[in-house]
Amino acid sequence: MTRQQRTGWLFTAPVLAIITLVFVLPTLMALALSVTDYSVYALADWANLDFIGVGNFTALLSTPLFWRALGNTALFALFGVPMAIGASLAAALLLNDATVRWKPLWRVALFAPYVTSVVATATVWQYLLNTRYGLINYALSLVGVAPVDWLGDPRASIPAILLFVTWKIFGYNMILFTAALSTVPQDLMEAARLDGASRWGRFRHVTLPAIGPTLLLAAIMSVAGFLQLFAEPYVMTQGGPAQSTVTVLYFMFDEGFKWWNLGQASAVALILFVVILALTFIQTRIGRRFEWL
Amino acid sequence: MALTNPRRTLRAILANMLVLVLTAVTLLPLAWMVTVSFMPRGEANSFPPPFLPSRWSWENYHELLVRRFVDGAWFDYRFVPALWNSIGVATIATALGLLLAVPAGYALAKLRFTGRDRVLRFLVISLIVPGQVAMLPLFLMFKELGLVNSYLGVILPSLAGIFAILFVRQAALGIPDEMIDAARLDGASEIRIFRSIALPLLAPIVVTLAVFLFLASWNDFLWPLIILADQHRYTLPVAVAAIGREHAADGELMMAAAVVTTLPVLALFLSLQRYYMSGLLGGSVKG
Repeated sequence: MTRQQRTGWLFTAPVLAIITLVFVLPTLMALALSVTDYSVYALADWANLDFIGVGNFTALLSTPLFWRALGNTALFALFGVPMAIGASLAAALLLNDATVRWKPLWRVALFAPYVTSVVATATVWQYLLNTRYGLINYALSLVGVAPVDWLGDPRASIPAILLFVTWKIFGYNMILFTAALSTVPQDLMEAARLDGASRWGRFRHVTLPAIGPTLLLAAIMSVAGFLQLFAEPYVMTQGGPAQSTVTVLYFMFDEGFKWWNLGQASAVALILFVVILALTFIQTRIGRRFEWL
Repeated sequence: MALTNPRRTLRAILANMLVLVLTAVTLLPLAWMVTVSFMPRGEANSFPPPFLPSRWSWENYHELLVRRFVDGAWFDYRFVPALWNSIGVATIATALGLLLAVPAGYALAKLRFTGRDRVLRFLVISLIVPGQVAMLPLFLMFKELGLVNSYLGVILPSLAGIFAILFVRQAALGIPDEMIDAARLDGASEIRIFRSIALPLLAPIVVTLAVFLFLASWNDFLWPLIILADQHRYTLPVAVAAIGREHAADGELMMAAAVVTTLPVLALFLSLQRYYMSGLLGGSVKG
């Protein structure tokens, strides 16, 4: 017993020490930092640091760009989550069709974009989305659509980035959904078919309950992921045009590491955390209602 | 049998065609990245956009990777150091990450020690907190510790692999207790049991985790961007983003940079995809 005791701590203590140093301590410090006026002056000398209570939070509420960032991020999540999950589910349903051959090959090929560097592939998409020379506008011109200024028009910038993100990540949930689809009870499916249930009816009452838990998990992870969008706008649009792609995390990065308002930026990080936590909670509640948990 | 059914045949053709089109569209950006990187300078900026180079040329790679004398001074994009930095950082982060997470995951699954359940509960709860909350204070801490602009500063946060520990623990739960107890009765030490019984059984999981850790470190962007100030210390994603801001018009050059950044990890993924995919599913199966 004592030997297990000793080895147990020997095995866990090093990593727990690192987790405490780089995660627990800074997370607690973030709470403290968010109630200070930490700025470039405090960066030079800690003596310039003052306690300002909820000052950062109230200041944020009257910062138009913060609201803009919240709104943009909400748009990204609102359209991005259904778009990405829809693409994953469609691809998984297609791959699940009994007549499709060489499934492992397609699965790996469709997953490939997921393992690439966001920065590198965002750069590639920047050129694909180019107004004059981009392949996407060229393809659209073949069906008679006028060139779209994807990354230069504030109305097109969010859809453009979502197109890229969906391409990049849909393979991940597709893999999870393919695994979940293999658990759909085939006898039940056959019975529903014999009873004359429509294609949609079979999906709604046989497939959906079986993949529900996976769907819920994917939704929770996707919402959190889209709320933390950063590299994509950083590389593709630098938050523009007209601040239409400034996300919460982008705002936090600029506030913190461009202007060195680390107190303010910590408040942003905490607000983002609370929003993610709240949305996770709500989704779990909804999932429980459908008995997916 | 069923193949003689014309409706089914039609459906099979349609489904396979759709999969083929979907895959082609998905791989197109990656293929285009490669072909453009071999185009002579400026060729991608023409209409209609060419898909293949008029002549295959290495000039973009040469320009990106080789230092040269321009207007009386040496010039380079500092891309080769970034490549070496990425290789070094990802390799060390992977090795240390495994060294820390594998024993910890095993201990949390198979060893009985006081506080174990509390540690486990703490780790699971921590998963909810997004890493960005810790980033700003962590930067200040590292500044005090002199870790800003250092490799250690890049690597250290990635070693707090809570997901990695839980991943190993999940796999280690599957090791039969009888095997471990038998070895204990034979007088084997706990460390020896870990090394000669648990580790061989966990080997596939360790490979999977190694791929996950390497890819995560190689592709990581936000934290290296924050902590690295000196161009010579940049990792590939930070370097690509920086070069892209200054050379936005040089499509062919940027595609060469994107190829060097993506190809190594794509190759790693393809060669170990069986481990990667099984790990992905192992992580999603919930009790």
